Amino acid sequence: MPLVRLSQLFIYSTLIFLLFSYSDLIANTIKVCPDCGIASVRQAVAIALPGDTVLVKDATYAEHDILIDKPVTIIGENHPTIDAQGQGYIFKVYADSVTIRGLKLKNVEVSYISDFAAIYTSKVRHFIFENNILEDIFFGFLIEKSHNGILKNNIIRGNAVKEHSSGNGIHLWHSSKIQILDNRIEKMRDGIYLEFVKHSEIKGNISLNNLRYGLHFMFSNDDRYEDNIFEKNGAGVAVMFSKQIFMRHNTFRLNWGTASYGLLLKEINDANIVNNTFEQNTIGINADGSNRITYEKNTFHNNGWAVRFLGACYGNKLLQNNFLNNALDISYVGRMNGNIFDKNFWSDYTGYDLNKDNIGDVPYRPVKLFSYIVNQTPETIILLRSLFVDIINFSEKVSPIFTPDNLQDLNPAMVPIINYD
Amino acid sequence: MFKILNYSFFDLMRSRWSYVYFLFYLGLGFILFFLNNDITKAVITLLNIIIVLTPLIGTVFGVMYYYSSREFTELLLSQPIKRSTIFIGQYVGLSLSLALSLVLGLGIPFVLYGVFQSAAIWDFATLLLIGAYLTFIFVGLAYNIALSFNDKIKGFGFAILLWLFLAVIYDGLFLLAMVFFHDYPLDKFALSVTMFNPIDLSRILILLKLDISALLGYTGAVFQKFFGTALGSVLSLLVLTVWIIVPTYFMVLQARKKDF
Repeated sequence: MPLVRLSQLFIYSTLIFLLFSYSDLIANTIKVCPDCGIASVRQAVAIALPGDTVLVKDATYAEHDILIDKPVTIIGENHPTIDAQGQGYIFKVYADSVTIRGLKLKNVEVSYISDFAAIYTSKVRHFIFENNILEDIFFGFLIEKSHNGILKNNIIRGNAVKEHSSGNGIHLWHSSKIQILDNRIEKMRDGIYLEFVKHSEIKGNISLNNLRYGLHFMFSNDDRYEDNIFEKNGAGVAVMFSKQIFMRHNTFRLNWGTASYGLLLKEINDANIVNNTFEQNTIGINADGSNRITYEKNTFHNNGWAVRFLGACYGNKLLQNNFLNNALDISYVGRMNGNIFDKNFWSDYTGYDLNKDNIGDVPYRPVKLFSYIVNQTPETIILLRSLFVDIINFSEKVSPIFTPDNLQDLNPAMVPIINYD
Repeated sequence: MFKILNYSFFDLMRSRWSYVYFLFYLGLGFILFFLNNDITKAVITLLNIIIVLTPLIGTVFGVMYYYSSREFTELLLSQPIKRSTIFIGQYVGLSLSLALSLVLGLGIPFVLYGVFQSAAIWDFATLLLIGAYLTFIFVGLAYNIALSFNDKIKGFGFAILLWLFLAVIYDGLFLLAMVFFHDYPLDKFALSVTMFNPIDLSRILILLKLDISALLGYTGAVFQKFFGTALGSVLSLLVLTVWIIVPTYFMVLQARKKDF
């Protein structure tokens, strides 16, 4: 037995020795600065061997289309600037295990034909892009057919004015297992755009003042987004044609305009929307053709519409949500209801609770006749808060004719639901 | 004219009803703040009250005041004073005292709860201005009705009917028309129809001030474009002023011809 152990020890120590000497041989650090021999990042990347680190000193480098075709780590000291001067991409990454950290990337070319980006990747794995600052760019990160990457702590500031001449902050296409964490994205077309992206996580980002959507999902299944803040985006957040999306603890604020939503759900099935806050949006959630979604413990306050169901929304559950001071709580099309409303708190509820169990004894009907009429004829919204409208709402409440009579919350909460999570 | 205005005004200021009206608004303001401390929300709640109550009270007071001060009016008519002077004096005196009750009654609690420090100050000011406008408009309309009917009950009936029509029935017909013609572009129609009803016009002016405009969707965009500009605000205030001038004109016309 001791023999065996000795031989094991020998093998291990040899391995460790080899490992260290290997890394000693390979992992050089190449310094880049205007007067230290290697004056450009491109040159440094060209002479680097796989596994090397390129250390970029604080200065401004006028470079574009830097090709990265081997696994290297590029680190900036005090955010050195790489200025593309309005020409092409800045980094084009074609190798696995590339890290880019601490750079300031500026002035990517604006084009109507190509999607120029500050960092572009194609068919790579295990990349890390963090702590970068991107300014005046067309696309920020353009990630294509790449997997297992991390985008963290980046600040992306665009100056988008028109949709057709602006790009997305973080654009993912045909990728999987990407983590988008703690980024701040402002004034782009879409803050974060995902198309055919699977098993990814979007967490702790702040996306505001974007022209179109703060976050835009297309055909992306099994993703989760949590703790993000979406504010003052042209049209809010759109989640379209996706399955098994998990949305938790996000804040949707101030998406206010004639065509703005907090959250737009289009053909979404089997999603979970939990513990989110919707505040002062024209429409909190606009759901169209979305089935089997659980809305739980969300808070909707001061929205125009809290939740607006358009056609073909079945098997949804709205449980323990707070509806506070919205102009219209629920808007619903059609006379058939296949959705469950239970134990929500409605600030418009006027029922009583005789046995003091904090559950109202009279069911609440969240769809008012007026919201039904507005769905049919949008112009009638002009009569909002008119005495006549209050009267017809009251009569419909007493005996529902137009709105589905089983669309009711049988156990309305008497006090707002508090979300501890 | 100012003497009569003065007399009417102070007569009313001393009367019990003005105090009741003033105390009602005062109590309402305090209760609103007692229930929630948010000035913006209080303004929205007040919107509903002002839109419905000021016209109603203006109408009722107008008719009541005319019939109860009839003998005094007849006494005045026997004096060498122009008829228009007498009636305009009474009308302005009454409207002014009602408007004052409204402004002071709501103003005091709002000022005490710090409307001057709040961003809602302009919304609140618009609200009071519109309340005052509605008072003048509906007292004028009530005076017209009262002048046309010697019978008290008939006068009251028609005045209440007028209020009911403008506050409720008009909106019902408006809604029916919009639902019926919903295949057609309705924004211009909606815009013009609101102009013919001072209550609707006031409601929309305040709604747009309260930034519910985005909620109004496409129609809202048209309305915002119209009311949101300085021109729109001026024009709608102008329309409200026309709503004061026209009934006053007819009142004078009627008073001149009427055989007392």
